[in-house]
Amino acid sequence: MDMVRGHVLCCGGTGCTSSGSEAIIQEMEAQLAAHGLDKEIKVIKTGCFGLCALGPIMVVYPEGAFYSRVKVEDVKEIVEEHLLKGRIVKRLLYQETVTEDNNIKSLNETNFYAKQMRIALRNCGVIDPENIEEYIAVDGYKALGKVLTEMSREDVIKTVLDSGLRGRGGGGFPTGLKWKFTYAAEGDQKYVACNADEGDPGAFMDRSVLEGDPHSVIEAMAIAAYAIGADKGYIYIRAEYPIAVKRLEIAINQAREYGLLGENIFDTGFNFDLEIRLGAGAFVCGEETALMTSIEGKRGEPRPRPPFPANKGLWAKPTMLNNVETYANIPVIINKGAEWFASIGTEKSKGTKVFALGGKINNTGLVEVPMGTTLREIIEDIGGGIPNGKKFKAAQTGGPSGGCIPASLIDTPIDYDSLMAIGSMMGSGGLIVMDEDNCMVDIAKFFLEFTVDESCGKCAPCRIGTKRLLEMLTKITKGQGTMEDLDKLEELCYSIKNAALCGLGQTAPNPVLSTLKYFREEYEAHVRDKVCPAHVCKSLTSFVIDPEKCRGCSLCSRQCPNNAISGKIKEPFVIDQSKCIKCGACMAACKFGAIEKK
Amino acid sequence: MKSLAELEAIRNKVVSNVTMRKDDHAVRVVVGMATCGIAAGARPVMSAFVEEIAKRNLEHVSVVQTGCIGVCRLEPIVEILVPGEEKVTYVKMTPEKARQVVAEHLVNGRPIKEYTIGEADK
Repeated sequence: MDMVRGHVLCCGGTGCTSSGSEAIIQEMEAQLAAHGLDKEIKVIKTGCFGLCALGPIMVVYPEGAFYSRVKVEDVKEIVEEHLLKGRIVKRLLYQETVTEDNNIKSLNETNFYAKQMRIALRNCGVIDPENIEEYIAVDGYKALGKVLTEMSREDVIKTVLDSGLRGRGGGGFPTGLKWKFTYAAEGDQKYVACNADEGDPGAFMDRSVLEGDPHSVIEAMAIAAYAIGADKGYIYIRAEYPIAVKRLEIAINQAREYGLLGENIFDTGFNFDLEIRLGAGAFVCGEETALMTSIEGKRGEPRPRPPFPANKGLWAKPTMLNNVETYANIPVIINKGAEWFASIGTEKSKGTKVFALGGKINNTGLVEVPMGTTLREIIEDIGGGIPNGKKFKAAQTGGPSGGCIPASLIDTPIDYDSLMAIGSMMGSGGLIVMDEDNCMVDIAKFFLEFTVDESCGKCAPCRIGTKRLLEMLTKITKGQGTMEDLDKLEELCYSIKNAALCGLGQTAPNPVLSTLKYFREEYEAHVRDKVCPAHVCKSLTSFVIDPEKCRGCSLCSRQCPNNAISGKIKEPFVIDQSKCIKCGACMAACKFGAIEKK
Repeated sequence: MKSLAELEAIRNKVVSNVTMRKDDHAVRVVVGMATCGIAAGARPVMSAFVEEIAKRNLEHVSVVQTGCIGVCRLEPIVEILVPGEEKVTYVKMTPEKARQVVAEHLVNGRPIKEYTIGEADK
């Protein structure tokens, strides 16, 4: 008989691993053994809990005590006090779970989790992703069994169609339609593929799903294969995600052992197997045609569509490619029904969406909300607002393909169509929050630098166009831009959008267009007044010592790496602007707040 | 995997491994595990509770520890908290009594009065 009376869940996602959760897990196991508790307390390494800002995270059940920012030194205390004596170490808990009367409340009642609805992330932070039995325990592979033994292929496709699920990789194409087209396509051999080449800066939704719940993707791919008539699948994942790759490999092997991949699954004559293909990290390989070219072993370059992959994909055979998060929704839709899924979200965007919250926000992490949740709810309630009392300026969605949403549109409901209407896009789910210290021209420049680097070079509009855009933006941030440049910038943006070959090029100008639309006055300030209002662009910023406040302590001059500051002790110091490299070291060093950025 | 029934059988075998991680443990069995409790034999009592509850698949019940309740002479002490009902405190518990409490109190809803603190000195 299993005598376990307590579970210690430690996050083994990339976020917490990088803040040292591996050492914590080892220490926990050592301490439990030392206290003779290793038989009754089980340690489970899970996927991401979402609150990455508070990592490493540890949750102890049955109490549901949520320890945050755990250090190796804390483990002994948690074992001796909590696990041995039953006294929760409140000092180490996530403080929001400690109520005023010194009790603890459930994680689901905290602001961060209360407004979330976890479908794709349902098992992340709940089960051990390296143990197929835990996935089966939470109804895993039940959907596959149901599909194979009780549903026709047409039924499956109809269920996905009726659910209203749309592609979570960014485009938002109705998933059911994609399935239907590939089902209808003629071919002796068909393939399913999974796009796990998550490349947007700051996005880590797909990585977290694969790290925390790899079996959900495997199960969904098998369901998809059955529906369209494929017997072979590929998961294209970047080699930069070692933990996700490792867990996926373990999961595939376990599924084979249990006969959930391989031949004659559920004794229905259905055969399906999966293969992992590692990508080298090129952004363009997230584009579907480039991804397939790369799976075939060729250079990852896009090709014109049509023909669409549904007709001619991998090795010119009908292929259905879906994104990780899209797949993760499928088993739940089969189990709970299309109607249930369609009841969540807005009229045209059903279900939930996972976002990677980053930038100037308190609760950096991974959140999943019903479609139609407003940006305000995500930033202020779930995200806990902007740190240091700063003002919200804009949110960037969709990464290098998306746009900036200004503060005036903070009440926009987040769904595919609303975002499109205001010049941004859902994208794969990166959500970067910016405050008043961010320069919007600089942000546009950052994304353009990214696309210039990542442009594959196959088509001229993208290869040359994005480079020219970046040059113009650089000119503006140096204070050398003219008003004509702004018009030219906009014109070139539209030319690239119209002429580029693939999605990467067609959307690359979006960061420029949306910032031009909502923050034109900031561009004009750079051009006309030669000022960077947020004091970010170095060429347009200077550091000045206020002689009234300066006590002449010389601290700043000793910090200056370029000897640009001089003066006599006890008299106001002066910065030589011709020597100043604008590193800000003096400002950080000054104890009297005498140095100002202008 | 040959059938849904086979999958279901695996699920039933392993489901108890994850039920602990739910937040809706309505009923709490609180075992006093301070020095006095452990010295009086609280550990085998707690083990008996854990084992019996797992055996009967009582998913809504969780077993947790607490410190010294104050009447050390009556240890091992176990409190049972059922929402909406008054707290029941059992004293001088043994593994055998623990198994009876699970069967009578937690399953059938009838607290065993003779083991409670009110009856202890009678």
